[in-house]
Amino acid sequence: MFKMFLIKYAEIAIKGKNRFLFEDALVEHIRRALEAADGEFQVTKESGRIYVSCLGDYDYGEVVGALSKVFGIVGICPVVRLEDRGFEELAREVVAYLGWMYPEREATFKVITRRIKKSYPMESMEVSAALGERILEACPKLTVDVHHPQIEIHVEIRGTIYLYSETVPGPGGMPVGTNGRATLLLSGGIDSPVAGYMIAKRGVKIDAVYFHAPPYTSERAKQKVVDLARILSQYTGPISLKVVNFTDIQLYIYEKCPHDELTIIMRRYMMRIAQRFAQENGSLGLVTGESIGQVASQTMQSLAATNEVCEMPVYRPLIGFDKEEIVTVAKKIDTYETSILPYEDCCTIFVAKHPVTKPNRNAVRRSEQKLAEKIDQLVEEAVRTAETVEVDPAC
Amino acid sequence: MEVYLDNSATTRCYDEVAAVVARTMVEDYGNPSSMHYKGVEAEGYMRRARSVLARSLKVKDKEIFFTSGGTESDNLALIGAARANWRAGKRVLASAMEHPAVLNTMQYLAEEGFEVRYLPVDSQGIVKLDALEKEMTEDTILVSVMYVNNEVGSVQPVADIARVIKKRNPQALFHVDAVQAYGKYDIRPKRDGIDLLSISGHKIHGPKGIGVLYVDEKAKIRAINYGGGQQGGMRSGTDNVPGIAGIAKAAELIYAGLERDNQRLYALKEQLAEGILDIEGTVLNGPAPREGAPHILNASFLGIRSEVLLHALEERGICVSAGSACSSNHPSESATLAAMFLPRERIDSALRFSLGVFNTEEEISFCVQALKELVPALRRYQRR
Repeated sequence: MFKMFLIKYAEIAIKGKNRFLFEDALVEHIRRALEAADGEFQVTKESGRIYVSCLGDYDYGEVVGALSKVFGIVGICPVVRLEDRGFEELAREVVAYLGWMYPEREATFKVITRRIKKSYPMESMEVSAALGERILEACPKLTVDVHHPQIEIHVEIRGTIYLYSETVPGPGGMPVGTNGRATLLLSGGIDSPVAGYMIAKRGVKIDAVYFHAPPYTSERAKQKVVDLARILSQYTGPISLKVVNFTDIQLYIYEKCPHDELTIIMRRYMMRIAQRFAQENGSLGLVTGESIGQVASQTMQSLAATNEVCEMPVYRPLIGFDKEEIVTVAKKIDTYETSILPYEDCCTIFVAKHPVTKPNRNAVRRSEQKLAEKIDQLVEEAVRTAETVEVDPAC
Repeated sequence: MEVYLDNSATTRCYDEVAAVVARTMVEDYGNPSSMHYKGVEAEGYMRRARSVLARSLKVKDKEIFFTSGGTESDNLALIGAARANWRAGKRVLASAMEHPAVLNTMQYLAEEGFEVRYLPVDSQGIVKLDALEKEMTEDTILVSVMYVNNEVGSVQPVADIARVIKKRNPQALFHVDAVQAYGKYDIRPKRDGIDLLSISGHKIHGPKGIGVLYVDEKAKIRAINYGGGQQGGMRSGTDNVPGIAGIAKAAELIYAGLERDNQRLYALKEQLAEGILDIEGTVLNGPAPREGAPHILNASFLGIRSEVLLHALEERGICVSAGSACSSNHPSESATLAAMFLPRERIDSALRFSLGVFNTEEEISFCVQALKELVPALRRYQRR
């Protein structure tokens, strides 16, 4: 019955002269999202709207599911296309549509007509009023409410007539790639995939860095991170994931530095290395899943200590989130189940029994000086030997 | 060099097994239930396989049932026996260090209203007979004890256990999970008083997805799945002919070389044990090498978490398994080692080495050498 979807987008519409860039990006992402879906689709821009036409058979659930992962889409309206065979025929079709969509439902409605084909013999207001009358006659359970209708019946008169009344919510945000690029520090936990999702939702293209420490962490822990990146890539598009072997750096820090500072120093080196990749790939910022006070390394003092080694901005979209709020998003975007798989790094030896919660930045800097002999070389080595995994939804 | 020392997890198939599996998939692929000659052919494989298995245990052909593996055999034995005999009593016993296939099935029986009791084991992983004597009541209908423990290789005195059981209640059924024992010992259910016995194909260089349950003809058990009534209604479902032909071939081969292979395995195990004990701060868990099963050696490398050493060995191509599966989120530990009341640091640093007929002396030397290098290196880094 639905041969078309009208794609609603909000913020793009206000972007002035750049608007076409945003629209083109959105069209591109919609095409990509539909590549894996069964059927043939045409994505078109027409007079400030984006339409997805279904050229043959398709799976409604699959298509709506794919579209609802495209950032920039606010709503997806399944559209019925009618041939223009005069008003009488139109009225009959609209009544039949309502009977099919809302059988026996008691509700208020309003008809909104948009006449794009100006040669149509009736004006928009006339069409709305006349259709309203026919609907009232045919559907006794429907009543008119022009201010707060429960059902908005849209009729667009073009070469053919588009009829729609339902909107499936999209993820909102802006098309990925329209707001530059950032590099995500991705761990196997619950938070970082959510942080990546939130930044990508604002139109930012995401690349990722993961630090592993074999033999202290297992191959499965790494696979889990790749799996998380794959889930994330359904929203963000392909992700280039750098897998950095961090073992030697960790061991060196462990040998040279006070143990209550291990985590904070480790994190400082992770940020430094991530920044290297970020500069290479043209990122304008780093993204982490940190949230104030969640663990010892995420107190205000610790965040300040990790932040000071970064030259580029560090975005922390979860900074004010409680754990439960993060979990809610993780479940919504389907990363939660993977995040809680028990291949958590077993490298507990690198976590002090009592890590500092309020690191003194001067003390941390002094501790790092003890690494002067070899650390630059180890960092170079880690950057040089990092493995690149190209992740996309199909990999 | 790849050194596979995880044969208690699974084994490489014998080439002959792979060949017969392939043949029953692409040539003799009939369904034994079919009336035409293809079916008759397939049925022939099954009949011969049943007879091979029966002879290896000195039991009757009709007492052999094919299942999807050790886990299903354990489930069928325990649930089937409990459901068939609940009128006689609702008490069932199992050792505290059974495989999860038994422990979790027992858990299910407890939910169904059975009174489940667990038998303690000693520090060598042997069931305490005096405890069994105490727990074994007249209304106990079922007892399950594994023949060889999968983690430490301890061997249970099954005949003695059977005597204690039958003395108190001759009607009680004795189930033995022999998944790690079949192919290593001459198992004699009739002589030793075993009523139900589970076997798995892939632990004896056979295929995965095939197992056997021996059911004494006098033992009363009920089927736990329903369908076309294959195997006398005991186990419905199209017969897995490739698996069945495969497990029979594996059984034939492993029992043909039993004496020789066991001597070799013991020699390799001792070589490995000596090598490990040469390293400072190591200790063997379970019975002394010659007293346990020929293929399983469990050792703790104090101060190193099992999975760290496991992954370090893996980097050198050596595959072993960790006594306890660690993770910071879900601490879970080996039921066996916990049941033996080993100290925490021994449990956390335990590795299981399990040998198979394809292992060589060189491989063991390679492994020992790797351990000698890795253990002191990894000990430098401990949580402080």
